[in-house]
Amino acid sequence: MTTPRSLAFIQFDIGLDLFPLIAGTLAAVGCGLLGNFLVLRRLSLMGDAISHSVLPGLVIAFLIASTRSPLVMFLGAAIAGVATVVLVELVKKLGRVEPGAAMGVVFSILFALGVLLIERAAVRHVDLDADCVLHGQLETLAWYGAPDTLAGLLQWSSFDAVPRQVITLAIMVVLAFAFVGALFKELRIAAFDPALATTQGFNATSMHYLLMIFVAAATVASFEVVGSILVIAMLVCPAATARLMTDRLPSQIAWSVVISLACGVGGYLGATAIPAVFEKDAVNAAGSMAMVAGGLLALAMIASPKHGVITRMLRRRRLAIRVATDDLLAALYRAEEAGRTGLPRDRLGALLIGQPLPLAITRATRSALVTDDRGVIRLTRSGSVAARDLVRRHRLWEHYLVDEGGFAPDHVHAPAETLEHLPTQPPGGPSRDPHGRPIP
Amino acid sequence: MSSVVHPPQPAPVGLSERPEHSAESPLSIHAMTVAYHRKPVLWDVDYDAPANRLVAIVGPNGAGKSTLIKACMGLVPRASGQVEFWGESYRKARSRVGYVPQRESVDWDFPVSALDVVCMGRYRRIGWCRPVSRKHKDAALACMDRVGMAGYANRQISQLSGGQQQRVFLARALAQEADLYFMDEPFAGVDAATEHAIVEVLRALKNSGKTVIVVHHDLQTVPEYFDDVILLNMRVVASGSVREVFTKDNLHKTYGGRLTLLSEAAEAIARASAGEV
Repeated sequence: MTTPRSLAFIQFDIGLDLFPLIAGTLAAVGCGLLGNFLVLRRLSLMGDAISHSVLPGLVIAFLIASTRSPLVMFLGAAIAGVATVVLVELVKKLGRVEPGAAMGVVFSILFALGVLLIERAAVRHVDLDADCVLHGQLETLAWYGAPDTLAGLLQWSSFDAVPRQVITLAIMVVLAFAFVGALFKELRIAAFDPALATTQGFNATSMHYLLMIFVAAATVASFEVVGSILVIAMLVCPAATARLMTDRLPSQIAWSVVISLACGVGGYLGATAIPAVFEKDAVNAAGSMAMVAGGLLALAMIASPKHGVITRMLRRRRLAIRVATDDLLAALYRAEEAGRTGLPRDRLGALLIGQPLPLAITRATRSALVTDDRGVIRLTRSGSVAARDLVRRHRLWEHYLVDEGGFAPDHVHAPAETLEHLPTQPPGGPSRDPHGRPIP
Repeated sequence: MSSVVHPPQPAPVGLSERPEHSAESPLSIHAMTVAYHRKPVLWDVDYDAPANRLVAIVGPNGAGKSTLIKACMGLVPRASGQVEFWGESYRKARSRVGYVPQRESVDWDFPVSALDVVCMGRYRRIGWCRPVSRKHKDAALACMDRVGMAGYANRQISQLSGGQQQRVFLARALAQEADLYFMDEPFAGVDAATEHAIVEVLRALKNSGKTVIVVHHDLQTVPEYFDDVILLNMRVVASGSVREVFTKDNLHKTYGGRLTLLSEAAEAIARASAGEV
């Protein structure tokens, strides 16, 4: 690689990089969009199945028509894609196996058939390359004689230079958006509740096949350029990542499109720019895009504000501190009832075993519920009110559990200990709990 | 209305004529047989649902209760027989038939809110390719209110309890504004508050002239909640009003030798005949 010319270390050559970048990104967005409905219907493996079984479709189309014309190839692949879907349904129904197994059986056998057919074709001195199906040929989209300037790019004549693959991908993406946009409501009900969809006249089986035809078309349009690895990654990763970011389908779809864009652009630039930093040759862009997709999914699993591991840990931690603070206040109140104002830290530590006591004390001190007088914790006036409320709730719950729940009086402390932390108020009325203690 | 085991057969008529099925009846099932993998699960079912009644379908596990209602709506293929709604085919009557599937039949992790789910009941009214308008959302909200779930409209459905999820399903059925409802085990695994809410809704539906056919698993509550009952065990053992048909004898025929169930049933019958209901 030569020395970078512009944009810090990112080297971007319109002739070499523009169309591969656009093609990769279009493929990513189209597959990422449709992938939402595969992930929701737990059919993610279908992308895998279709993209593999496209191989025999291509070879058969070639053997029949004896031409590598794009239209023939596309038709062969599309028919193979739809045939896969039908075969999977058949195997599922007649073989009585689970969907994952049905998809696995169908695509592995069809892919094997493709490999055998390629071998037969090779005997007849016909060159078909199985590797292309896996990795794609993004590099071949170079634009020779591309203009150097932006102004040169924005001319009508530039259109003639757009490769057929990019146009196919653009049409695919437009159709995919039109499909999801127009039938959003129908796709949603068919994915969520196929039975209700069917009774309402939105036949879920037809919707399934329609979706699969679009997935097959997206796969066929994409894999020639980016290879089946990226297709599979894009049908699953952006949708799965988006699912972790939100609980609503429209915003999940929006997220998945943004994530797909990030995978396409980020992956491509990453493939060319990052190796350039280490003065190495560019790596396979499709592979790099898939890596970005996987990386974003991992990031979302860890750091998503809704369903990420960190959020869940923080939520649990916050709850533990809140419960410990409640228990701290209640312990101090009970001590006051017994005539002791304030308890030393170590005594509290023995009462609140296994709870984050120091954090609870910090939190309660900050909210001015307790004071820390050289290791002795005392309730403030407002702390006293809060503690009274807690103990009242605890004892009312105990009363309720014995009176209404049929619990034995010596078995109600533990459940009341849980219930007192809930916002629900127990029914009031009694003035003494089952153990004869006053209810404040 | 009651017909026990073998309904008296009318004089043979031409195949195209079925004089005993009237256009008044919301649901007429004629000689319906359903088979899964060549093994019949429903044999030669004949049934006419009376209008404006609450009907329970009861029978042991594997009796074909869910299959019966699914076959009526064409969700499972019929091997033979005919089903008519108000004398018309299901295709024509679709809009007048509401459906509450079993709660476990859907994925409650699906990224939709409770209101989104209830709105699904309006989809047929809204039609193909149109978005859910404000008007339909308001109608859906009103239905949520009727089952006491208005406060949960914006909850993600996985955050709801089982009973609340069942009430969302019920609200969705109300949003369909149908005249005949099929409900598949709406009382399964719900809390007391939800059971109460469902019963209230069933009665309200009956008061507004609807017919509701419910797959039910709890024999004890049949006399209390329902007017009519279909006793099913792969074929219709008996059908008709609870008072006439829900007898120990018929239950024995339906459940065979399952004694625990029978003692439960006997208790229920005793309560029913004691005039508690």
